[in-house]
Amino acid sequence: MGEVIHRALGLSDEEAAEIESVLGRPPNHLELAMFAVMWSEHCSYKSSRLHLRRLPSEGEAVLVGPGENAGVVDAGDGIAVAVRIESHNHPSAIEPYQGAATGVGGILRDVFTMGARPIAVMDSLRFGPLDDARNRWLLEGVVSGISGYGNSVGVPTVGGEVGFDPCYSGNPLVNVLCLGVLPVGRLVRGRASGVGNLAVLLGASTGRDGIGGVSVLASAGFGATGDGRAPSANGSESLRPSVQVGDPFEEKRLLEACLELLDAGLVVGIQDLGGAGLTCATSETAARGGVGMDVDVSAVPRREPAMEPFEVMTSESQERMLAIVAPRDLSRLLEVCARWEVSASVVGRVTPGQPDGGGGRLRVLDGWDGAVLADVPAAALADDAPVYDRPRRAPAPIAAVAPDGPEADRTDCGADLLALVADASWVYQQYDHQLFLNTVEGPGGDAAVLRLKAPGLPASRRGLALSTDGNSRWCRLDPRQGAAMTVAESALNVACAGARPVAAVDCLNLGNPEHPEVMWQLSEVVDGLAEACRALELPVVGGNVSLYNESQGRDIDPTPVVGVVGLIDRLERRLPGLTLVPGERLLLLGHTVASLSGSRWAAERGSGAASGGGRLPPLDLAVHRALVELVVDLVSDGVVTGLHDVSDGGLGVALAELAVQSGTGLVARGIAGHAELFSESPSRVVVCTANPEGIAARARSAGLAVSELGIARGDRLVVEGLVDVALADLEQAWRSTLPDRVAGRH
Amino acid sequence: MSGRVGVVVFPGSNCEHDVVEAIEGLGGDAELVWHGARSVAQVDALVLPGGFAHGDYLRPGAIARFSPVMDAVRSFAADGGLVLGVCNGFQVLTEAGMLPGALQKNRHLRFLCTTVSVRIERSRSFISRLARPGTVLRLPINHFEGNYTCEPETLAELRAEERIVARYCDNPNGSIDDIAGITNEAGNVVGLMPHPERAYDALLGSSDGAILLRTMVEPPRGRSRAATAEAGATPGPAGSRLV
Repeated sequence: MGEVIHRALGLSDEEAAEIESVLGRPPNHLELAMFAVMWSEHCSYKSSRLHLRRLPSEGEAVLVGPGENAGVVDAGDGIAVAVRIESHNHPSAIEPYQGAATGVGGILRDVFTMGARPIAVMDSLRFGPLDDARNRWLLEGVVSGISGYGNSVGVPTVGGEVGFDPCYSGNPLVNVLCLGVLPVGRLVRGRASGVGNLAVLLGASTGRDGIGGVSVLASAGFGATGDGRAPSANGSESLRPSVQVGDPFEEKRLLEACLELLDAGLVVGIQDLGGAGLTCATSETAARGGVGMDVDVSAVPRREPAMEPFEVMTSESQERMLAIVAPRDLSRLLEVCARWEVSASVVGRVTPGQPDGGGGRLRVLDGWDGAVLADVPAAALADDAPVYDRPRRAPAPIAAVAPDGPEADRTDCGADLLALVADASWVYQQYDHQLFLNTVEGPGGDAAVLRLKAPGLPASRRGLALSTDGNSRWCRLDPRQGAAMTVAESALNVACAGARPVAAVDCLNLGNPEHPEVMWQLSEVVDGLAEACRALELPVVGGNVSLYNESQGRDIDPTPVVGVVGLIDRLERRLPGLTLVPGERLLLLGHTVASLSGSRWAAERGSGAASGGGRLPPLDLAVHRALVELVVDLVSDGVVTGLHDVSDGGLGVALAELAVQSGTGLVARGIAGHAELFSESPSRVVVCTANPEGIAARARSAGLAVSELGIARGDRLVVEGLVDVALADLEQAWRSTLPDRVAGRH
Repeated sequence: MSGRVGVVVFPGSNCEHDVVEAIEGLGGDAELVWHGARSVAQVDALVLPGGFAHGDYLRPGAIARFSPVMDAVRSFAADGGLVLGVCNGFQVLTEAGMLPGALQKNRHLRFLCTTVSVRIERSRSFISRLARPGTVLRLPINHFEGNYTCEPETLAELRAEERIVARYCDNPNGSIDDIAGITNEAGNVVGLMPHPERAYDALLGSSDGAILLRTMVEPPRGRSRAATAEAGATPGPAGSRLV
């Protein structure tokens, strides 16, 4: 019977045996349920932890690295920046509106738990092709969920990305990044301390929603729980109760109340309730503080009658926080909460750790003097989950199977170009991206640019830039180099805003870790991220791993999503961005390798061999670093009129986006063929300038290739020998692509 | 002397600090007024800011109109005090019956955050005192329920009494008669869907909203608003800064 229960809860037989050995006795049902959620893949990172250690996380400006609720970086002027990225892929696949909405809610709590006021959200979204009605439903649901929750809770969504690939059909990626700011002195950690202090549960009451969200839903393939059919079939319907339901108004009041409590110094520690609910919040705060905690489960306010203790302890009901407070401050805490109409209940007490420093015990009681329902070492739940070195095996190399095929060159690339441009404003116009008067550059450019300002923050002229990037095509061909190219692109995006990249976060989206090929991809991705972050001196201050992403029984292509934060020392004027000024010159900084491997052109317009494989064009991280530094300097010095990095869609799409966003045509020459036009070889930036000689000289002295591309002028986009389209047609294609596809028109 | 502006905060409001920043950035003084307040005696003007008062539950503004502060807002307006409702604040004012009509969901049934062109009309409103009729301003909008509607008789009155404050140049949400903002009969209560505070500083992309907000920072001298409007109107392109 016991075996049946632990398997149903997502624990393996070995894990169940390990729990019994930790306790020195068989666990009861409640204890088993608590271990099951804490030792889930989602909470414990048991398959990835071994590999994640290879990511560099040290840096001069790093105040808090991975392992806390959010990474924190010193931004100067007494201001710190907290940043975190997380996935909500599985809930969004089942119930897109609530899945995405609670993804936003959860990450906001992670950030204000650190004492930071969230000032920006970014979303990195990926879906299957929109000719499938279910994928359209998922896209509309996810975007409305982010819009409905994020706008209402009052945190601007300042950017992100949206992409499409068959590998995400039915299993969308919904990665949410949140950035917050705080006076350095307000930094708090999620830890309990002070024996006799009280654990106060703030916010929403606890219901039956989200029970087992981290274990059953986020840490297994859908096929395992359903009938083996695709997730669009009946299997997913039965999982809907595992998806939480969000209430942004509750979250808004909770956020304001918590920041006020932190400002007033009324709490000694605070922790959000997310995955694994109360079990996670109590065991993690106790384990971090080396203390124990008694939890009175009967004191937890409930939404529904007759809830079992295991339901209360593992519910993932949203909009809840756990505050550790000294008894003398309780009445003032209750006053602040009452003013914000936030419910607050004392549900726990901090108890001593073991005299030998071995940490304390988490006990669940039915009333302070009632029965002991569970009694486990807090650290066993929070820290002692097994670490797996799962088998890894490289798949048959795609590069060898399908090398770049020689094919007839195309002489008219106009139609290809029109097919590859797409304005994402259908998505981001549904998000409030201007709130707080910080948004100097919103969505649609290379990076979002924000003023570094919030109520209670020291005055500063500094600004920051933020970019999220991911590319499954590159990582499918070569997870290691693809991951490195992703970091490189993100850093370059931030540089295009004149910001020095200072920190990164990553969200690794992969398939089933029990497949050796997926574990190999994970390991390669981590190595690629590590190489690039080391070369660019970018500490990884936090991250998230989402495994078991499978579509129609197939693992998704490895998709590391990277967020990079950059700092601008003085943000006092508008940035050049995607601007062309008629009569000015266009330069290409960096060298183009004429290869279509991994390109969007190959995936969407190619045929035969070129669409499938090949070897990625090379990335030289030393050259890339020099380019990043040069671009930061050029923008800070105000010597470029406009600029855009070359990435998705290659030089062709970069030129088209520059033209359409500035409403000015251009004439480019010297681009040899369509492989050069659509190659996605890294480390390239197009600049528009009135002083091409000066910039070319600076590029050469930095050791970078530089070439004259042409001139901005007229109302056509001309690439001599390859493209000649009217700006009006380009704009029409750019504007209509996404709305047409969302509406099911093709 | 600069005006003292009270910014009403309902639970769920979110643009209150933005309005404070803009008012202070333009040289005024601003303070937050909690929705439980029963008096607003110490201010020269009031702003009901954007956001989601009471979560917009039931309907935007439907619960906020019962907040205690609304009685104070009503008597402040009855005494001639300047009241501006921006976005959610406009919705609250219509729900509270201080402005006619209602704001329904956008024509395309989607939230819409973008910057639009808005034409200032000849009206009796205080908010356009410094802007010439016909001036086109670039102002951000950010709403799901911004589609203004009213009875045909009300629309006729609004037109006849010069109470349409601003119209969209390219209607983004389906509003009747392209209406972006209206005023009451006395001209001292104004509702605007666009957010002037989001366009008070050129670093944010537009400073066109400043010409509207300055009417609260620099209250008219003397008794005649009309006379002040004549004297204060400044020719020049949209968004030109007044000194």
